[in-house]
Amino acid sequence: MSTIFGIPTPALYGQILIGLINGSFYAMLSLGLAVIFGLLRVINFAHGAQYMLGAFAAYLLLNWLGINYWLALVLAPLVVGVIAVVIERTMLSRLYGIDPLYGLLLTFGLALILEGAFRYWFGAAGQPYAAPSQLSGGVNLGFMYLPIYRGWVVIASLVICIGTWLLIEKTRLGAYLRAATENATLVQAFGVNVPLLLTLTYGLGAALAALAGVLAAPIYQVSPLMGSNLIIIVFAVVVVGGMGSILGAIVTGYVLGVLEGLTKVFYPEASSIVIFVVMAIVLLVRPAGLFGREE
Amino acid sequence: MSSAPLLEVRGLNAWYGESHVLHGVDLDIREGETVTLLGRNGAGKTTTLRAIMGILRRREGVIRLRGKNLLSLPLHKVAQAGLGYVPEERGIFASLNVSENLTLPPTVSDSGMSVEEIYTLFPNLYERRSSQGTKLSGGEQQMLAIARVLRTGAKVILLDEPTEGLAPVIVQRIGDVLVELKKRGMTILLVEQNFRFAKKVADRFYLMEDGRMVNSFPGHELDARMDELHEVLGV
Repeated sequence: MSTIFGIPTPALYGQILIGLINGSFYAMLSLGLAVIFGLLRVINFAHGAQYMLGAFAAYLLLNWLGINYWLALVLAPLVVGVIAVVIERTMLSRLYGIDPLYGLLLTFGLALILEGAFRYWFGAAGQPYAAPSQLSGGVNLGFMYLPIYRGWVVIASLVICIGTWLLIEKTRLGAYLRAATENATLVQAFGVNVPLLLTLTYGLGAALAALAGVLAAPIYQVSPLMGSNLIIIVFAVVVVGGMGSILGAIVTGYVLGVLEGLTKVFYPEASSIVIFVVMAIVLLVRPAGLFGREE
Repeated sequence: MSSAPLLEVRGLNAWYGESHVLHGVDLDIREGETVTLLGRNGAGKTTTLRAIMGILRRREGVIRLRGKNLLSLPLHKVAQAGLGYVPEERGIFASLNVSENLTLPPTVSDSGMSVEEIYTLFPNLYERRSSQGTKLSGGEQQMLAIARVLRTGAKVILLDEPTEGLAPVIVQRIGDVLVELKKRGMTILLVEQNFRFAKKVADRFYLMEDGRMVNSFPGHELDARMDELHEVLGV
């Protein structure tokens, strides 16, 4: 069996793949967080819960209504997006313009309530969600065995991230969003309905989290705490990428995912902290993050 | 000249937090007029523009555009009613290129200039249309800030100190642009410290002091009133 630095290559490739998968979720989730933070100046602690809601929505659509994975990919983000819009209109929008800490506390509270409710209803144990038959099985790539569903997740997340990036960088709506991130009052003075833009952005960010949740359901089990396990790492990714930087969130997500995978191969003891070590170093050297603008 | 003003401000009071900054400001602008607010720093000129625009929210009084009351409108409806705002700090967005900055404000009527006309009027902006907005020189940023509201078809343009901090040759160029806009029948409310610049374009002057309108006079009286102005403006 061939080895690199004394590590069997299948183990190395396997960990890189796992790193890419984890990185896909880091990227999709930190992307939504970065967009929401950039425009609303809200640190959305409910992001993990919205991801969990997306996975549960897929699970419940399948088990209660018999709605399959492909439809769930559309319906779950829609449902979670609508819930987020209601939350933004009725609660979050009251907190704009005051200390950002209140937005953080509100979303943190919502996350605790949602996770608590789902634990009460479904228990802490995970529920299995089978990958759709079209994506089950795997292929032998010669140097490693690739489960098809995992390859699909990496590709789907790339498409989602690039699509979101194009939406923000290349469209008129994206130009409103970028401008309002810099100076919301002036954009509104130009006649853009900024309150509506804020609502849609929060809804879109939550829908992205839910979409990631549906993609995650067949890989990780659907459990009430799946989001809170992930969200702390995702916050570290956002900090490393630079708060509010879209491209930073995407690139950092994948890179840190792979870095974490490689650490599992070469120095497993450090794999659960490597991302936080990187965060600490970045904060010391470049407090605005790798892609952030110094203010 | 028609008698009913296009923009009418009556008894406008405004507050920054608890501090009362505008005291019963009255102001009329007729269609096609250029009116200039003069006053020292802190006299309330910029505040008057911000209060008319609705950026400063704590206000009382009457602000009417073609008879329509603007005071109760949410901020984004004020632009849609026909006011175009060019802020003192210019407000060019760093994350947008020149062309995106130019086309950012939604059009509010079909009377605005086309992008082609704007690029003819400001050839520099055309050359730099793909540059990041804030990479432009101060003068170019000012041109962009003015060009941006010309596209929307706003009826009245609120222009806050367009010459501030710019070289004389650029000030000259901006003066030419304002003369050109006047020829096209644009209605302009200008805040300006440099009244020699304002003299070229203003039909009337208002003089502000401590958040109040203390005087107003037609443009041709400027020279005769120099002594009075020097006293009030402290220049």
